Amino acid sequence: MQQLGKTSVIPFGPQHPVLPEPIHLDLVVEDERVVEALPSIGFIHRGLESLTDKRDFNQMCYVAERTCGICSFQHGMGYCEAVEHIFGVETPDRAKYLRTIWSELGRMHSHLLWLGLLADAFGYENLFYQCWRIREKVLDMQELTTGGRLIFSVNKVGGVIKDIDVEKQKAILKAMDEVEEELSVIRKTFFEDYSVESRLKGIGILTAEQINALGAVGPFARASGVKADMRLLGYDAYPELDFEPITSEDGDCYARCYVRMLEVFQSIKLIRQAIAQIPEGELSVPVKGNPNGEYFMRVEQPRGEAFYYVKANGKPNLQRMRIRTPTFANVPALCEMLKNTEIADVGLLVVSIDPCISCTER
Amino acid sequence: MANIKRSPWLLHYDGSSCNGCDIEVLACLTPVYDAERFGVMNTGDPMQADILLITGGINSQNEATVKQLYDQMPRPKVVVAVGVCACTGGVFKDCYNILGGADTVIPVDIYVPGCAARPQAIIDGIVQAVDLFQKRSDEHDALVKEKKRKAKEGAARG
Repeated sequence: MQQLGKTSVIPFGPQHPVLPEPIHLDLVVEDERVVEALPSIGFIHRGLESLTDKRDFNQMCYVAERTCGICSFQHGMGYCEAVEHIFGVETPDRAKYLRTIWSELGRMHSHLLWLGLLADAFGYENLFYQCWRIREKVLDMQELTTGGRLIFSVNKVGGVIKDIDVEKQKAILKAMDEVEEELSVIRKTFFEDYSVESRLKGIGILTAEQINALGAVGPFARASGVKADMRLLGYDAYPELDFEPITSEDGDCYARCYVRMLEVFQSIKLIRQAIAQIPEGELSVPVKGNPNGEYFMRVEQPRGEAFYYVKANGKPNLQRMRIRTPTFANVPALCEMLKNTEIADVGLLVVSIDPCISCTER
Repeated sequence: MANIKRSPWLLHYDGSSCNGCDIEVLACLTPVYDAERFGVMNTGDPMQADILLITGGINSQNEATVKQLYDQMPRPKVVVAVGVCACTGGVFKDCYNILGGADTVIPVDIYVPGCAARPQAIIDGIVQAVDLFQKRSDEHDALVKEKKRKAKEGAARG
């Protein structure tokens, strides 16, 4: 086809069938090829960091949890651990293990959700439904242990407020077996089906150098061979668990799918280990007074590294709370990735970074 | 629910929610909860939608988008506010950027409580919306019929 060399701008979003959440991209295209992508965000901005003026540091835990409904547990956990460090209290070992179990359950349900959305983006509706059917088993376990399907509110400054007793541990292990068995079947479709391969392989390639230069995090970075995983820093029970980050060298959509799929299996293993090793003991330590000081807490969420900066000056209300979420770090790399791609692939590529706009805009 | 005559199409828009309710709305449409058994279907196009499911509160950035989506939907239409943020603003009510619930910019017919709203509650909201849509469609049809009859009479009179 003759190149006309004419550029035009196509708006993508905020309301778009492939997007569960609103993000707006201005796509500068030459014929069918994207030359540049310009993001504009702010559709879900709530300004929850400013609520520190009106809520005290204990109440802020519940606000922090509602930064995002998918990785809600880890948001609350990251915030609580930052405040705990300011207080200088050590959470009991049992609480650390419980937090690890809930974190990994959250990672599983988030990755299964993403695998479903990816399947939907490349046109496999049945696969989408299968992923979400398996995800429900994980949600059932979250509901059994905490009472909430998505937002648990089991964290507090100093520990956790609910326990997982032996019976519930057995139920979790049983559910893990079922998930492992059923996901192994679906895994074949993702990795052995040639039409899935043709849709994902070689699309949206980013090298490790580009990832490092643009500061991308999480499975997105690991798919390009960057071994970035905050769990290696050793918070909670992770230092005592046998665990090695999953990476891939290819850096394309297929590699991103590969990394996240294997991470679900890895989470199953981590949960089994944590349940086998969980010690007896208290669930929380009492915290007295008001926090005074500042701290950075980095945790690995399903989408990558999130950090919490908390600054307090001895009053019940915090002076400042700042959350930097993984998708926020991944947007520059997304815009780089969209250059020189077909416009038909844009939806798939946006989904491939696992965007969580609610996190990004807070 | 006894005699569903129509199958309305759903449009889902995320106002400024935390994602929790969005994911639950999506979960409702998958086979485990299967809201589609009530004859509804999910669509991404407001021009073809009859029921708007809105999650999250309204902020200054998405205010115009929500209004536009509502205006683009053909009449009759039903709006369901899903989750406590869409009902009142919820936990974010005091944030500087939140104007309030969905009813600050568009008329809301059905309120579904919860943080995050449970799939069972969302399905209940959808079923009520289907009923209301049926009622409004009947009224709308009667109105159109009446209009046509009057026009015909007018034409006959010359």
